[in-house]
Parts: sequence; C-alpha cells; structure tokens
Amino acid sequence: MPMYLNEDQAMLRDSAREFLKSEAPVSHLRKLRDDNCKDGFRHALWKQFGEMGFTGILIGEDDGGLGLGHVEAGVVLEEIGRNLSPSPFLTTAIAGVAALNHGGQHLKDKFFPGILAGDTVLALAIDEGAKHRPSHITTKAERSGNGFKLTGNKQFVIQGASADALIVAARTAGAAGETDGLTLFAVDKDAANMSMDSTRLVDSSMAAHVTFDGVEVDGDAVIGEVDNGWQVLSSLLRAGRAGSAAELVGVGAGAMDMTVDYLKQRKQFGRLIGEFQALQHRAAHLYSEMEIARAAVLKAQQLLDEGKDSAEIYVSVAKAKAGRTTNLTVREGVQMHGGIGMTDEYDIGFYMKRDRALNEFMGDANFHAGRVAEIFGY
Amino acid sequence: MSDLDQFRLDVREWLEANCPAEMREPVRGEDDVCWSGRNWTFKNEAQKQWLERCVAKGYTVPDWPTAYGGAGLSAGEAKILRQEMARINARPPLSSFGIWMLGPALLQFGTEEQKVHYLGQIARGEIRWCQGYSEPGSGSDLVSLQTFGEDKGDHWVVNGQKIWTSYADKCDWIFCLVRTDKTNKYQGISFLLFDMETPGVTTKPIKLISGNSPFCETFFDNVVVPKEQIVGELNRGWDVAKYLLGHEREMISGGGLGDGAPSLGAQMLGSIGANGLGQLDDGLLRAELAQFDVDALAFKAMAERFTDEMKSGKGHPAQPNMMKYAGTELNKRRHELVMAGNGSDALEWESEASKGGAKARNWLRTKANSIEGGTSEVMLNVIAKRILDLPGA
Ligand SMILES: Cc1cc2nc3c(=O)[nH]c(=O)nc-3n(C[C@H](O)[C@H](O)[C@H](O)COP(=O)(O)OP(=O)(O)OC[C@H]3O[C@@H](n4cnc5c(N)ncnc54)[C@H](O)[C@@H]3O)c2cc1C
Ligand SMILES: Cc1cc2nc3c(=O)[nH]c(=O)nc-3n(C[C@H](O)[C@H](O)[C@H](O)COP(=O)(O)OP(=O)(O)OC[C@H]3O[C@@H](n4cnc5c(N)ncnc54)[C@H](O)[C@@H]3O)c2cc1C
Repeated sequence: MPMYLNEDQAMLRDSAREFLKSEAPVSHLRKLRDDNCKDGFRHALWKQFGEMGFTGILIGEDDGGLGLGHVEAGVVLEEIGRNLSPSPFLTTAIAGVAALNHGGQHLKDKFFPGILAGDTVLALAIDEGAKHRPSHITTKAERSGNGFKLTGNKQFVIQGASADALIVAARTAGAAGETDGLTLFAVDKDAANMSMDSTRLVDSSMAAHVTFDGVEVDGDAVIGEVDNGWQVLSSLLRAGRAGSAAELVGVGAGAMDMTVDYLKQRKQFGRLIGEFQALQHRAAHLYSEMEIARAAVLKAQQLLDEGKDSAEIYVSVAKAKAGRTTNLTVREGVQMHGGIGMTDEYDIGFYMKRDRALNEFMGDANFHAGRVAEIFGY
Repeated sequence: MSDLDQFRLDVREWLEANCPAEMREPVRGEDDVCWSGRNWTFKNEAQKQWLERCVAKGYTVPDWPTAYGGAGLSAGEAKILRQEMARINARPPLSSFGIWMLGPALLQFGTEEQKVHYLGQIARGEIRWCQGYSEPGSGSDLVSLQTFGEDKGDHWVVNGQKIWTSYADKCDWIFCLVRTDKTNKYQGISFLLFDMETPGVTTKPIKLISGNSPFCETFFDNVVVPKEQIVGELNRGWDVAKYLLGHEREMISGGGLGDGAPSLGAQMLGSIGANGLGQLDDGLLRAELAQFDVDALAFKAMAERFTDEMKSGKGHPAQPNMMKYAGTELNKRRHELVMAGNGSDALEWESEASKGGAKARNWLRTKANSIEGGTSEVMLNVIAKRILDLPGA
C-alpha cells in the first residue's frame, strides 16, 4: 500500500472536510458550551454522521456497513479534530464497533442498525484511575445465575450519560495488572444499580464517573469470550488509539493553520510578525513535526488494516508522536498569538483544551513511549 | 499472484543467490562503504562481487532506464527491491554522488549523449564524482560564488577556489558551479563537469573534528574545460544546482534511520544492563531512548511516505528540505544517545576494542549533517517561505 490516500480515500476526505466545516466548525462547539449542552454533542449531528455513511466505516458489509478500515476512519477523524467537532464518532463507531466486531451476531444485530442510523451512542468504561492503565482493572464481574454481577467504579467515561450502552471492561478472574481474566460486557444504560455522575471536562465535552453496585447482566452481554477479554479490549484500544492519534493530528493541523494565518496578518514593529525569523523557524519546525506525526498515524492505520503484527508498535508510535507534536503545536499556537491567544473569544484556546483531553485518552505520550520500550524489550 | 508479488519472489531468490554473506552486515563505518571509481581498491572480494553482480542486473540504479545502465524498474518494483535488500541487511552495492546527485540532474537536464556517456559510467561505478559548490565566502549564500569561467570560444578557462569538496583528492571528476557572467547573480552561473586530472586542479585536505579528513580545499588555476561539458544552458546552472540539491537533501535525510537495527534502546541493554523489571537500569536515559525510538519510527514512516509521494509526483517540491532538516537533527540525537548509552567505552579513540574510536568519530561526524548540503537554519527558511508561504523580511 503506498503511503498516501488512494482516490476513494481522498474523496472521502473531501466530503468529510466539507461536511464538518459547514455543519460543525469550532463555532458549533462554542455554542454547545455556551448553551451548557448536557450531552456535549448534538444528536442531530450524529444523525447526519449516519446519513453520510461515516458511522458504518468499520461495520462489515454483511451487517449493512461500508466494510472500510482504519485509514478511512482516520480520514474522518482528522477532519473532526481540525474542526473540534463534538460527536460520539470515535467512541461509538470506531472503538465501540471494533469491540463489537468480536461479539456474537446477537450483539451486532442489537447495536449496529442504531449506529448505522446515527441513533445509538456507545461509551467506553475502561479506566478506573486518573491515568490510563488498562491492565489494572479491578471492577469485578461475578457469575450470578446465567449472567454476571458487576461491582466497581469507572471514570473518564466520555459521553457516558448520553450513551445507550456502555462497553465495560471487568475482571472475571485474576488480579489487577494481569491481562488474563478480563471480560468485556455491553451494559444497557438503564441497568439497575448503575449510577452516573456526569461532569464537564476542560474541552467542554462531558464525561461520567460510573458506579456499578451489583449491576446484573445476562450472558448475552458478554463481548467475545469470558476471561479472554484482553483480546477484545486490545482491538478496542488499537482502534481508539489510532483513531485518537488521527484526531490529534487534526487538532494540531487546525491549530497550526490558525497560527500561520495569524502570522501573516498581525503587524508589530511595523512588520508582519511572520517576517521574524524567530517565529518562522518555529512555525517551520511545527510543520515538519506535524507531517511526521501524520505519516506515523497513516502507517499505523495501514498496518492495522493489513492485519500486520507490527501494527501494535506503530499504534503506540502514532499516539506518542501525535500526542507530543500536537501538544507542542497548541502551545506554540497560543504563544504566537500573543495576548489575544489567551482570550476566550479567540478559538486557539479551544485547540489547547481539546489537545489536553485527547492526549489523556487511552494513554498519553509517555505511556505509549513506555510501551514502545517494552515491546522492544528494554 | 500479482506481478508485484511475483517480482518480490524473484528478487528474493536473486538476492539469496547473489548477495555475499559479508555484504549482509550493517555498514558500521566509512570502511564498509564501496565508492568505486578509477582508483578504487576493493576492501575484499565480496565487495567487488556484489558490485559486479548488481551492475550486471542494473541494481546500482534500479529505477533508471536500462539504456543508461539501470534496471528500468517501476516505483512499485523499486520499493520492493529496497524492502527486500533491507530485509537481509544488504549493503548498498555502490555509494556515489553520481547516483544520488549528478545522475538525477543529468536525467533532467543532460543531452542524450551526456546521458548515455555519463550515466552509464555512474551506474557501473567507473567514475567517482565530487561536488564543487561551496567556496570560502559562499556557503549558505551559495549564489554569491566567485569561481570564474572565462569564455575562450570552444572552451572555458576556470579560476577560483572551492572548499569542503568531499573526497576531492580521491575523486575522478567534479561537477562544479562556475560563474560565467559577472553581471547577473542568479542567471550568471553555469554547471560544468571536468576531470580532476585536468592540469591546474589541486586539492588540499581539511581535517575534521572527528580526526578524519575526507574533505578538501580545491584550487583551480587556468583549468581548461571543453564547451560540451556543460550541463543545461549557459548561465542557467542555478536551475541544475537547485534540482540537484533537492536530491542531495533527500540522500542526507535518510541518516536518522541508523543501521537497520530495530531499536536504539534495545541496543543499550548490553552496556547499561537491566533492573529487576527488565527495564534499562537508567530510568531517565530509558525515557529518552524511548522518545527517540518513537521519533525514529515515526520518521521512518515519513521517509516511506516521502519516497512514495515523490515517485508518484504528489509531493511538495520543497518537501526534501523538511526531510533533510528532520532527518539530520534526528541522526544527531541518535549519536548523542549512542555516546551516552555506551559510556566510557565510547570515549576510546584509538583502541582495537573500539575499532579505532568508531563510535566517537561517527558521533562527531554527524554534527556536519545539519551543515552539509545546506544548514538546518536554511532548511527552515525554505519551509517557512515556500511551504508555509510566510512573508519575506
Ligand atoms: C493575561 C494578560 C494580562 C495583561 N495585563 C496587562 C495590563 O495590565 N496592562 C497592559 O498594558 N497590558 C497587559 N497585557 C498585555 C501584554 O503586555 C501584551 O499581551 C504583550 O505585550 C504582547 O503583546 P500582544 O499581545 O499584542 O502580542 P504581539 O505583540 O502581537 O505578539 C504576537 C506574537 O509575535 C511575537 N513577536 C512580536 N514581535 C516580535 C519580534 N520583534 N520578534 C519576534 N517575535 C515577535 C510575540 O512574541 C508573540 O509571540 C496583558 C496580557 C495578558 C495576556
Ligand atoms: C562535512 C561537510 C561536507 C561537505 N561537503 C561538501 C561538498 O562535497 N561540496 C560542496 O560544495 N560543499 C560541501 N560542504 C559545504 C556545505 O555545503 C556548507 O558548509 C554549507 O552550505 C554551509 O555553509 P558555511 O559552512 O559557509 O556556513 P555559513 O553559511 O557561514 O553559516 C554559518 C551559520 O549561519 C547560519 N546562517 C547562514 N545564513 C543564514 C540565514 N539566512 N538565516 C539563518 N541562519 C543562517 C547557518 O545556518 C550556520 O549555522 C560540506 C560541508 C561539510 C561540513
């Protein structure tokens, strides 16, 4: 596969770019925040995602989807990032679907039609502490009747309170730190004994703390095999990490474009500030890092789509590189805007906030660099 | 099976049969490189065999047309050949400024006669070329160069001085920028080729901080150059030079990828050792190495994308500047880490164990990567102006 988008992928990018720029630009996010929207995204926009076909990218053709891959998912995610468009796309259509693709037909029949239509929203209940440590799961799932009973706490459940179901990682065996003994469940939102405390994050998105106090689910809720959930979780995480890396690249690209534009307009000392070499070199450095990050993300997506083993390391390379690079880009963006970059009225700060949240999602740059070291055995 | 899959199998088989075992070792230093040329002595029989077999197959310049000594491979086939060579760690059969720099410029600007003559020689490794661009007063500001070629009807008489001419004392021919019109800065430079044995050419070595001296000052004293040895139009040599610099940067930028070993961090286990968790017993260095490995793999993806885009004509023309900048800065970081990770072992300058201070000398040599072929600052200037379209001062 050559390392650039083929014609179909480029067409998809163009339509995603046009769609998101007109339907959900940064002003859309600003309005949701100002209106104190309790979902953190608009259901009507999600419906449009369905109409555009985006929600079916990772759903197989047999199940009514497009049967495309991670490269295509990334193409849409980069545009989402560029426009800071709030939507459940990454959690539902990418990470959620990647997990459900391991589930039985009954789970696909239950969720895919709603996802395809842009009705159903899924949320991911994985993390339990402030930092992403997916093997350190302690939420328990004990056998009970012909099902399970869940007990424990989750946090950073993005859009949890708006979701129709949660994908929950819990322990049916083993101890925190082990990868064996995990099981994934699809838990309906109105399950008894589940409570949610929804809160707004720095980037204006909504996330929930979820408490499972003996939540009963039946055997049909299991995604994949009991005790072998690590495999399903790994698929979910690979998709989510590659996807969030692509979105990060979009955030960085949006911030960089704004900044470079500003350098071409703002005058100080009787000159455009973009004439100052001190700023030119930093902008050129950002460009170079962004291109490298984008290439790393594309490589990870292609390897995922080809089913190569090396996808594992490249997904972490992508998340680490995109994380560090976009973080640099938003920091430089605010700095190069000078005082105006500190104002709420100006959009550059929104990019800085989204970067912070996306960096934390499914492992920050240090987490993933550490993983690269581990995979290489040092 | 697709044609490309079949091609991969054929290449694999050919390499298996033809690449000598000694040539499947990473290049560890200058001594392992084959430059060939009139005065070359092969380091061993394997080096000679490997070159001859590749020449016969057109594999020294796989994507050049067969008429000029290449194998006429498509972009897809050339990529497969590269991948298969990398897979078995095969050394490049021939390293050559002719292949990396002059060749592409001749393909673009040369006459048919020049192409057949010079490209064939380059492909077969018969002539070793050096580059005569920089002058003592003209480095980054190359277009200010003063070496002058006086028009004498059927030939030029060239006078002046070049500096930093890599391997000038070992090379057979030079491609050289010469002012042929003093009234026009950009459109007064011509691109000339001539034999280093022409009377009036002398060289004097320059010793580097690495202790080696493959670089020279080169002096021209009434050097006679026949008119047919100009590439491109009279006074339009700057176009050729710029085109060539693009390829030079492409070549230098590959440096950050190292010797094909998968991970710099893993190589440090031997010298640093592991703690109880199996992690490098130096937490801060481990973190730095992990960041480096992330950046190196990300850059590798970029290099692949860059090659694919260039070959398909999709790339931005100033993209080689970005690759040059990023690749050389990465390579410098790599060698800083090699030094840190190997501790006092890497400081030895002359011992046998250190292969004559190879690590230290390589480390020092890399400092030139962000200077030669245009400095990092100049690369950033070009990116800012030509890609980001930032205003000029
Ligand atoms: C929170 C806050 C509180 C403040 N409080 C006060 C206050 O109480 N009273 C008051 O008077 N002011 C106040 N200021 C204004 C502050 O002093 C200015 O923001 C500051 O001087 C920068 O000017 P600017 O914002 O117009 O940025 P600009 O001058 O437009 O600079 C934009 C970017 O260009 C860069 N740049 C500009 N010129 C050059 C150059 N020659 N070479 C290289 N780079 C250059 C800058 O470093 C910056 O990165 C405040 C600002 C903030 C953010
Ligand atoms: C190992 C090595 C091999 C070489 N091989 C060859 C060869 O084979 N043939 C050949 O012709 N040349 C060769 N060169 C020369 C090389 O191309 C020049 O060294 C290079 O172009 C820089 O020129 P300079 O050394 O004169 O530095 P200068 O141009 O004097 O630069 C000094 C410093 O000022 C900075 N600077 C200059 N202009 C600007 C600007 N506009 N904005 C910001 N910063 C600026 C530079 O980045 C640098 O940091 C080689 C050099 C080295 C070190």
